[in-house]
Amino acid sequence: MAAKGFFWSTLTEPLIRQNPVTLQILGICSALAVTTSLDTALTMAASLTVVLVLSAFFVSLIRRHIPDSIRLIVQIIIVASLVIVIDQLLQAYLFDISKRLSVFVGLITTNCIVLGRTESFSRSNPPVRSMVDALGNGLGYSMVLTVIGSIRELFGKGSLLGFDVLPTVDQGGWYTPLALMLLAPSAFFLLGGLVWAIRSLNPEQAEALEHVPPEKKESRA
Amino acid sequence: MVDLNPYSWWKRFLALPNESRTKTIGVAFLVAAVCAVLVNGATVVLRPIQTANRAHEQQVRLEALVSAIPGMNELIAKAGGDALSAVIVDLKTGWAADGVSPATLDEALQEAANWTPLTPEQDIAGLGTRPDFTQVYILRDGETVSLAILPIAGAGYQGQIQGMLAMHGDMNTIAGIAITEQVETPGLGGRIEEPAWQAQFPGIRIRDPSGRMRFTIQRGPATNEYEVDGITGATRTSNAMTQIVRFWTGPEGYGPFFDAVRRGEF
Repeated sequence: MAAKGFFWSTLTEPLIRQNPVTLQILGICSALAVTTSLDTALTMAASLTVVLVLSAFFVSLIRRHIPDSIRLIVQIIIVASLVIVIDQLLQAYLFDISKRLSVFVGLITTNCIVLGRTESFSRSNPPVRSMVDALGNGLGYSMVLTVIGSIRELFGKGSLLGFDVLPTVDQGGWYTPLALMLLAPSAFFLLGGLVWAIRSLNPEQAEALEHVPPEKKESRA
Repeated sequence: MVDLNPYSWWKRFLALPNESRTKTIGVAFLVAAVCAVLVNGATVVLRPIQTANRAHEQQVRLEALVSAIPGMNELIAKAGGDALSAVIVDLKTGWAADGVSPATLDEALQEAANWTPLTPEQDIAGLGTRPDFTQVYILRDGETVSLAILPIAGAGYQGQIQGMLAMHGDMNTIAGIAITEQVETPGLGGRIEEPAWQAQFPGIRIRDPSGRMRFTIQRGPATNEYEVDGITGATRTSNAMTQIVRFWTGPEGYGPFFDAVRRGEF
């Protein structure tokens, strides 16, 4: 039972409380770039999760035999190879989406979440536990991408997954698309809003102020 | 006695301390080898599907290019369903190639003898070598060629740009352009894929009546019938597109073919 509880918390912790994107602010480059529509966001999220889980498995499998001096190289090689394989699979079976994701699938290699998890968790935990942890983090990343992708597509194009939800003015409806939503800054605003919302609900996540303003001494005249 | 059992070698290798030089090099080599096999396997197995995807996309773009040219659909309808015919052109002579058919084109281009190296002065599109045979699509109106769709390629800012250029029967007026492959910066040079930018090409002329090459992608708005608006923030991609169109409509590109069409030899 204890093991089950441990797996459950490893899986669910990174969803909101320890979310890699909103708490650790990792991997936001891709989170901003691919969220202009929901389908690219979902494909990217799925690719990252698969890469994360598989690399956690492989790194964890050989964790006792990775020499310390080259451990980062070994991890990056494993991650990069998996990314190339995923990229090739997307090019073969999801050609249109892979064209729209362009370089960002390839850039999963440099996504801090992947290296962060293999370096800090998989290197010192057995395979199954590492995979559960990776899956949790992948889902946490996916959740943020899904939320931001839905909002941006809904308000930027009036559709979700390509289906019209809010009929736009161009097509005789009433909704004027918010072009800002399709530009990079909107992703920053949304991500900032999301971080703010989560930290308001979980005040313990809020970071301590770096500088404390000097307290005003009450002057006693 | 020397132990030759590979399994016990393997066990001894694993038992080495992680920091020993043998183990470091051994692990690096093994990881690299396994990853190389994985990556190569995936590329080789999936390549046929990817090639089919690209070919399909090229077909779709070709159709989109043709249907975007004003009056094209009527012309094709008039000439009958299968009017757009694929022809292999020998770029050295400008005539239809002898002994090379669309089916054997790939095979012919495997041979280095069918590629012409370009001198730096000729090679304005950054190609290095040019194939001697290309597959063009021709639409005939009676006996004369009314439209030719020509594959073009050249070096962009980040990598190769490939596309299709459609020319009207005078072989001087552009009927349309399509970009089939590019890896330019998304949002800047990548905008050469946008229909809004490509929509400027129909009607643009390549040479003025004296025969001088005038086609340019301007920095900023176009001012005459030889110019196309540049893309802001993508000067190098715009310049590359100018050079690609100039190269392929010039003497090292489809120049001989254009002459042959104008002489009515096609």
